[in-house]
Amino acid sequence: MSVKVLYFAWVRERVGKAEEEIAPPAHVATVADLIAWLAGRGEEYAHAFEKPKVIRAAIDRVHVKPEAAISGAREIAFFPPMTGG
Amino acid sequence: MTTTIRLQREDFDATAEAARLSRGRTDIGAVVTFTGICRGHEGGHAVSAMTLEHYPGMAEDEIARHVAEAKRRWPLLGVTVIHRYGRMQPGDNIVLVVTASAHRQAAFAAADFLMDYLKTRAPFWKLEERPDGTNWVEAKDSDDSAAARWRKDEAAE
Repeated sequence: MSVKVLYFAWVRERVGKAEEEIAPPAHVATVADLIAWLAGRGEEYAHAFEKPKVIRAAIDRVHVKPEAAISGAREIAFFPPMTGG
Repeated sequence: MTTTIRLQREDFDATAEAARLSRGRTDIGAVVTFTGICRGHEGGHAVSAMTLEHYPGMAEDEIARHVAEAKRRWPLLGVTVIHRYGRMQPGDNIVLVVTASAHRQAAFAAADFLMDYLKTRAPFWKLEERPDGTNWVEAKDSDDSAAARWRKDEAAE
């Protein structure tokens, strides 16, 4: 499965890029699994995801919880808690 | 029911937007206009500018979802939400919420609800410029509590 991943705010700054295409292995089934897998890809990812509970996610532009399944997702975004308004 | 949702870099004119919502209508008895403005200090330190980053596509979708929720909860006759992004300075407008209804309770409540949700669920992030460098604003617990009370209110209905 290939999916586009987007990063925002300080998650983007730490990872060093705003977006990328990834192909996680089949055992990466949920958002929480994906965060753990991304954290292992390098120091910058480990730094971005060092506090998984602070990271928020959206699949196809809808907020999701860490338990959400990622299969079928076209776009997954990771970001800190929001500060709009 | 007139709905306007816009994301833009440019400034907006709150008075003109509110007038546009109610022009020619004889069913609207109440219009509430809220403007969020960039402040020059936060938690004891000066802020010289602020940049709002956003998630294009999701920001509009998320605002639309909450406007639909507001329409479901209150008898609204019109809603306008305009949220700016990009770099802003103290005194600049950030966000506009205008709600219109026959009577004031719905207009006040819907504007309050929409602001609580914009603060916690709309994908925007603020980067402050301070004398000693830049800083990503942290989400506030008080904003989460404000948004949570609307869920409790609904559970009680």
